[in-house]
Amino acid sequence: MKINLKVWRQKNTNTSGKIVNYVVNEVNPDMSFLEMIDVLNGQLVRKGEDPIAFDHDCREGICGMCSMVVDGRPHGPLHGTTTCQLYMRNYKDGDTIYVEPFRAHAFPIIKDLAVNRGAFDRIIAAGGFVSVSTGQAQDANAIPVEKAVADNAMDAAACIGCGACVAACPNGSAMLFTAAKVSHLNQLPQGKAEATRRALNMVKQMDAEGFGKCSNIGACEAECPKEISIENIARLNREYIKAVFTGE
Amino acid sequence: MNWFQSFLVSSLGQKIVMSLTGLFLTIFLIVHLVGNLQLLHDDGGQAFNLYSYFMTHNPLIKTVSYLLYTGIILHTIQGLSLWRQNRKAAGGMKRYVKTSTATSSFAGRNMAWLGILIFIFLVIHLKDFWYVMKFTSQLEMITYPGQDHEVKNLYQLVSVEFKELWVVVIYSISMVVLAFHLLHGFTSAFQTIGANHPKYMTLIKVVGKLYAFLIPIGFAIIPIIFYCCK
Ligand code: HEM
Ligand code: SF4
Ligand code: FES
Repeated sequence: MKINLKVWRQKNTNTSGKIVNYVVNEVNPDMSFLEMIDVLNGQLVRKGEDPIAFDHDCREGICGMCSMVVDGRPHGPLHGTTTCQLYMRNYKDGDTIYVEPFRAHAFPIIKDLAVNRGAFDRIIAAGGFVSVSTGQAQDANAIPVEKAVADNAMDAAACIGCGACVAACPNGSAMLFTAAKVSHLNQLPQGKAEATRRALNMVKQMDAEGFGKCSNIGACEAECPKEISIENIARLNREYIKAVFTGE
Repeated sequence: MNWFQSFLVSSLGQKIVMSLTGLFLTIFLIVHLVGNLQLLHDDGGQAFNLYSYFMTHNPLIKTVSYLLYTGIILHTIQGLSLWRQNRKAAGGMKRYVKTSTATSSFAGRNMAWLGILIFIFLVIHLKDFWYVMKFTSQLEMITYPGQDHEVKNLYQLVSVEFKELWVVVIYSISMVVLAFHLLHGFTSAFQTIGANHPKYMTLIKVVGKLYAFLIPIGFAIIPIIFYCCK
């Protein structure tokens, strides 16, 4: 099949970009969206042009590196799917598709479709971890965890840190990401010791990075490839209020 | 900054100010509507005028009314400030060349615009009635049988105003705007203070929808009935 692509091309952070039209012939319906761009990049390289820069790594939906806003939707139109898991069989011969980078003040464009998501790393560094002394690994069942709590924490832990929530949010807010991390750790006994500090510091870092303020619109939840629920945002709100008013 | 100041300027603190002032306004609207429905009594305005006398002379209610003015101002200033910050955070007005609205509601995306329209309406509305009643002597004074004091005939002013078609149209459109603001705002306010749990979220959503439809309809029928049938 033949696909018309309208791709955002931008040399670097400081230049302005624009949409450039490309035609990709002989797209195989079993190709993933990224493989189609690989094919296009092959054509560009043979013509001596600059290939399109885009992030990717695992290509199996678990690393969170692939980004891209496809027809106005982060990770494309499918629910619960990363761009690398979006297959061309979802498109028809002759379709026109817009491909743009994730956009947010806190995610500066590096080049073309690749954006700098370092702000997420700094939010994690502010509290998205459990401090442990190294040594012999503890017996896995030594600390009892209520099944429902373990399930909730596990669902939150599914976040792959891709940033689609920020790209989808009309406010450019990172609440779903931050909420998933706080929700994951603050519910588990291992994370409880640092719960107060974690909630305060991660929110503080999130604000310092220049992300927007959540309006509970829910676009993040709808676009999240790991289907993280905004119930986690409510939990973060509770954890934060608790930390502010009762924390030491 | 002490802990409370840093809470107030944090993203979550700013949101909680929005939520609490919004919920306060939401409760106020119920009280305001129940009072206003007395305009529909067929008693030439006696019940309504006595009620509005009570509301303007009871010290407790006067205190709450100052809280209310503060609440509206806080909600508006904070709302506009959040809107400004969020537009910047999202990367400016023109974000994507191809935009999709598949995953966000009209009301959710336009809370600030809806709020600005509500604010304009509030200015018109306060000028029409509150200002005339409090700061002018245009209103006729009447003493109802069994009462030892005169009351202002606000009912008469209402019935004159609502005979104007354009007034009725502005009030009705404003109530549609309010309905959309509440359609998103009601549930949102609960989410902001952390109340979202599978146990009761459905209830909050259903009550929110009912509230967002019934309260504005309740307000809108008053000018419409005055215009057509009084
Ligand atoms: C009687 C009038 C009003 C009522 C009952 C009301 C109610 C609410 C409620 C319940 C919320 C949700 C709060 C949350 O998400 O936590 C809200 C949000 C909002 N309101 Fe109002 N509001 C009113 C008037 C206004 C006015 C005059 C403005 C002025 C601009 C305004 C601007 C906003 C904005 C921008 C938001 C979204 C804030 C955000 O989530 O970031 N509202 N309102
Ligand atoms: S919450 Fe979902 S959309 Fe956001 S970073 Fe995590 S996986 Fe990606
Ligand atoms: S490339 Fe790893 S999730 Fe898509």
